[in-house]
Order: sequence, then C-alpha cells, then structure tokens
Amino acid sequence: MSDLLRRSVLKGGAALAGAYAIGMPAIVRAQSDTIKVGHLTPMTGFLGALGEYAVMGIAMAAEEINAAGGVMGRRLEVMSEDSINPATASTKAQRMLDRDGALVLMGEISSASALAISQVAARNKKLFLATGPRSDTLRGESCNRYLFCIDIPNTVMVNAVGSALMRDGMVEGKSFYTLTADYVFGHDLLRAAKAFFDAHGAKLAGDELVATDVTDFSPYLLKIRQARPDVVCSNLAGNQVTNLVKQYAEFGLPYPIVGFNLNTADAWAAGEGNLSGTWPTVWYHTLDVPASKAFVDAFQKKHGKPPENHAWIEYVSLKMLAQAMNEAKSTDSEALADHFEKGAEFDILKGRPAYFRAWDHQLVQEAYPFTVKAAAEMKDKWDLMALGPAVPAAGEPLETIYPTKEQNPCKL
Amino acid sequence: MQLVFLLEQVVNGLVLGGYYLLIALGLSLIFSVGGVVNLAHGAFYALGAYASVEIARRLGFGAAVILSPAAVGILGILFERFILRRFYAADPILSLLVTFGLAMVAEQLIRMVWGSAPLPVSMPASLKGSVLVGDFLFSRYRLLLLAIVALVVGGLWFAIQRTSFGRVVRAGIQRPDMVAALGIRLQPYMTAIVVLGVAMAALAGALFAPIASVHPAMGAEIVTVAFVVVVIGGLGSFWGVVLAAMLVGVVRGITIHFLPAAGEASMYVLMFLVLMFRPRGLLGERIEKFE
Repeated sequence: MSDLLRRSVLKGGAALAGAYAIGMPAIVRAQSDTIKVGHLTPMTGFLGALGEYAVMGIAMAAEEINAAGGVMGRRLEVMSEDSINPATASTKAQRMLDRDGALVLMGEISSASALAISQVAARNKKLFLATGPRSDTLRGESCNRYLFCIDIPNTVMVNAVGSALMRDGMVEGKSFYTLTADYVFGHDLLRAAKAFFDAHGAKLAGDELVATDVTDFSPYLLKIRQARPDVVCSNLAGNQVTNLVKQYAEFGLPYPIVGFNLNTADAWAAGEGNLSGTWPTVWYHTLDVPASKAFVDAFQKKHGKPPENHAWIEYVSLKMLAQAMNEAKSTDSEALADHFEKGAEFDILKGRPAYFRAWDHQLVQEAYPFTVKAAAEMKDKWDLMALGPAVPAAGEPLETIYPTKEQNPCKL
Repeated sequence: MQLVFLLEQVVNGLVLGGYYLLIALGLSLIFSVGGVVNLAHGAFYALGAYASVEIARRLGFGAAVILSPAAVGILGILFERFILRRFYAADPILSLLVTFGLAMVAEQLIRMVWGSAPLPVSMPASLKGSVLVGDFLFSRYRLLLLAIVALVVGGLWFAIQRTSFGRVVRAGIQRPDMVAALGIRLQPYMTAIVVLGVAMAALAGALFAPIASVHPAMGAEIVTVAFVVVVIGGLGSFWGVVLAAMLVGVVRGITIHFLPAAGEASMYVLMFLVLMFRPRGLLGERIEKFE
C-alpha cells in the first residue's frame, strides 16, 4: 500500500475519533429576561438511551413551569446538550456559564462527567444539581458547597436490594460473583457492595472489571461458571446491563442473578424473558401515588410511551429548582444553596416528600427493590417490574438507608 | 484445571472471532476492489440489526436472518451506484470523509426513526441455553452463529477462488487496466462485491441483535473493531482477515481470563505489535495499484 494512502487512512481514523469526541454543538438562542439553566446529559454512548429520557423529562417540566407563569414572572429556559465525556462535559459547562448566560447547571447520569462538571461549577461558584449520577464519591470526598445530588447513591441501592435479598435468605453464607463497571461509578458501587457482604456474612467469590464499551460478555460468563458462585451480582451501568442480561439468558447459567444498579430503559431493552432477579430502582411508572400517576399520564399522552426514571428525575429536579427560586425569591446560587440547606421539602411524586441533608447535600428520598414479573403478569411491554415496598419502611426515618456521618467522609 | 479454563477461553474466542469476521471481511473486500475504506460499514451492520428486529416481529427470527441482509444488500446497490462509485479513483481522503459522513447520517437517521433507547429483542426460546462438549461450555446460539459464519465465509471463498466471477474480481484487484483492455466492464463486479460486503455486515447485525443491545451507535462501535481486524490481517488478504479475526477473539478471551479490565484494550495492543513488526499486516498482499 502506498505511503500516501496509509497516511490518509490514519488521518481518517483520527478524524473519526475526533468527531466523536467533540460531538455536535446545539444551537442556543439568547434572551435577556429569561432564567437560563444549563442542562448537560449523555445523549450518545452507553448512557445515551437514559439521557434521551432526561431531555424529555426536563423539557416537559419547563413547559409546565412556563405555562403556569414561569419563575417569579420570568421564563425558564433550559439549554440541553450532549455531555459526551468528562472532558467535553467540563468544557461545555464552562461555556454555558461564560457565554450562554446559564445561571445554574444541572443534569448528568455519568458519575465521571458529573465530577468534572461539579469542579467547574464550584470554581465559578454556581449551583450544580447532579440529577442522575449515583457514585458515593460525589456526595462523599468530592462534595462541595455548590453540588447537590438528587438520585439515590450507590450505598442506598445496595441497601435497598440487600434488604430484599436478606428477606429471601440469599446473603448469609452465600458466595457472590460480581461484574463491575470499570469507572468511578462501578468502583464505588463495588466498595458499597463489599461493605454490605462483609456486614452480613456473605463472601465475594470473584470480581470482574468490565470496560464500558464491552458488548460481548462470553469470556466473563465462562469465568463465572468456572467459579460456581451462589449468586451473580451486576455492578454494571447503562448498556452494559442490557448486554449482560441478554447474554446471561443466552448461556442459561444456573446461578441466580441480582444487581445493585439498574435503570428502567436498560431493563426495557433486555427483551422478553431475559431479565430476572432482584434489582433496585429510584422510581417506576407504576408507583401507586396519585401525583406520580398524573405525571405518567401526561408524559404518555405527549410521547406515546411511559416515562423512564431519568425522565422522572429530570422533571422533578427542575420543579424543585423552580420552587426553590420562588421560595428564596432569588436565582443566585448562594441564596439557593442556603435555601436547600435549610431543609426545604419537595414533592417528588412519591409517598413521602424529599429534602436535602445540609451536611452532604444528598436528597433524602425513598427507594424500591423490585423483582421481574412473569410474562403472563405483564399488562404491556413496559410493565415488567413488581415493585417491593418502599425502603425504608413506612414508619422508619428516611435517612436510615443513607450513609451516616461516620460512613461518609464529606466535609462541607 | 486452570489449563482447561484457559482452553475454554481460546475456543470461545474463536467463536467470537467468527462474528468479527463477518464484518471485517466485507470491509476488506470493498477496500481490495475499490480502494475505499468504507467507514459507513458499521451503519449497514446497525441497519441489519434494526431491520432484523422489525422483520422478526412480523415473520419470526428465521425470516429476519435471511431477509434483513437481503434488504440491506439492495441498499448496498444504491450505495455503490450513487456514492461509492464516484470515489474509486479519487483521493482516498475524500472517500474516507464521505463514508464517515454517511455513517453519522445513518446513526442520526436510526435515532430519528427508532429513538435512542435500545430495542428489546429476544431469541427464540429453543435456541437459549448452553451445551457441554467435553469440558467446554458453548452457548447453543453461538454454535449456530459459528455454523452460519463458516457457511458464508466458505461460500465467499469458493466464489472468489473457484468461479469465473471470482477470477474477474481477483484480476480486477491486481490489474484493473488489463481487465478493461480485455473488454470486461468491472463495474457490475464492484457492485456485487459491495452488496456482498454490506449484506455480510447486515447478517452480523441480525445475528447479534438477540444477544447484544440494539442501539443507534452500535455501528460506530463495531467499525473500529472491524478496522483493527483488517489492519492486523493485512489489507486485501482473505485468509489474513480470517486469521486476524480469530486472533483478536482469542487474545481478547485470554486477556480477560488473566486481566479482565484490559480485555477491550488487548486488540489495540495486538494491532500495535503487528504493525511494529509487519507493517503490511499478517498476510497482507502486495497490491500493485496501491503501491
């Protein structure tokens, strides 16, 4: 092959990589009297399916808020962009603050990108509502005054599923084989899982770190069979979960599978009869709460399908932000942070209202373990979870499943 | 016992290599004949997967595996006739740009039609489960996949090496001017090769849909792997690509056995090593028109 051609091929390859890294900028329209919110979420990549729902959810909340007169009489404008990866997310966050006039940042699903954005926000002294990331580190070592975390952290997911597993006698004396997403989120989840196993007499038979772009799990499945554990446990994220679940069903391994992280879109993508076991969720569209049902109906009417948990979380998060601005009578990040820290309560379409803890800025809310419905019990293709009772149980304080001050190194 | 486990990974890697092969072989063929690195190859893989999901919903899995590559093959005729053909003689950077652009357009089109969320797909229940051959565990479905790959690759080899069609194609790869001087128009052969190439990619998509997530970026993911396989094998070499696909599958399996976190990086390290010592790839041929 000629040298010229080889170079061209290599250049083309570099262009390919470059274009995927930069992505396509959204067109942003400026308006002076609006309150602008910079919204970053992954719309492509292994979390892209979740991000699409996040955008639908936040757009719906903005429409409703503006239809009801906006915030303090001003229109709320949400600029949604694809965050792509931590480096691009941080560049875009800075640009949104500098050039696009964003007063507040929110969004994210990837813990790694959220970490990058939170540093930009802190440097600029602007509020960042991290809606979807679940890594404990974000609300632990990396917490800061301007970062508020909405989704349940890894420890809560482990506790939610763990309580259901203990009820079923699947923990004490059992050996677990875990598959872990190889980035900050997964490492963090594995740490929480290990702590749970240690505390309740379970053994870790083995762990596999899995890169986020893995599509073929067969080598990992062979290793699981070689280890013959009592339970297989997924600490994976996004698309990885879908791939694992499909191939686990393909190989038909006899060990029960459970997981400490799952988002509904990834469960829906698994295909009929492939998903089994016990998993956690932060919210599901069949939740039996009137306000939640009204939201589901409105979303379904608009999009022709039920909302996924990221649509819900983005929807309630923007509503929380608007409520806080109205109550604090300010769009200033300092005033908003103070208001959140005072323990303001928010209706997040669940049985109990939620509030931020002042010392680590974590939203304290219910979580739910679920098991997978048999095909005959499903009302439609979206209806695959049999939700367990909310954790913590009705009489207990919400904070019992969250990391305590002793467990969480956050110092604000 | 440890050795048996390792051997199991090697055999499993060979099966996976078969799937890489379906995609890489088409990429290599199109390059050999047209001199075009088709970066849109992954798009045909993705379209094959999406088409198979739609067909499987209506006519079942078997029909999907046959009809989806056929449908994408027809798309390949249009692709060759109206786009690729203009770039055979042009500066290679132009064909890289146009096929790369096309890959992005295709990905966004898929997003617009089917949405970002992966499509749910299951295989027929009868194909689920594994069989034990000696001490080795095989997924029943992947054995079927391997048989189909062997059939397709064998058929393709026969068509290229043993038929008059193949003789013209091989001559066209080495000396297109001579073929023209003999009064044979190469264009229909080019079309046929492109159709075969993209149909194989679509077949890979249809076969992998039941076991991996069907999402818009699946094409971009696989084209990188296919490209790596072709580079390792040597551009233009049939058996080189076969060897490289198997090697990539096996190396990945062995790496995951010892160092799971490095599984996906292993193929790039392999490519690096091969290019260091054999810049032409393992079995890369001298192709006169590219020298």
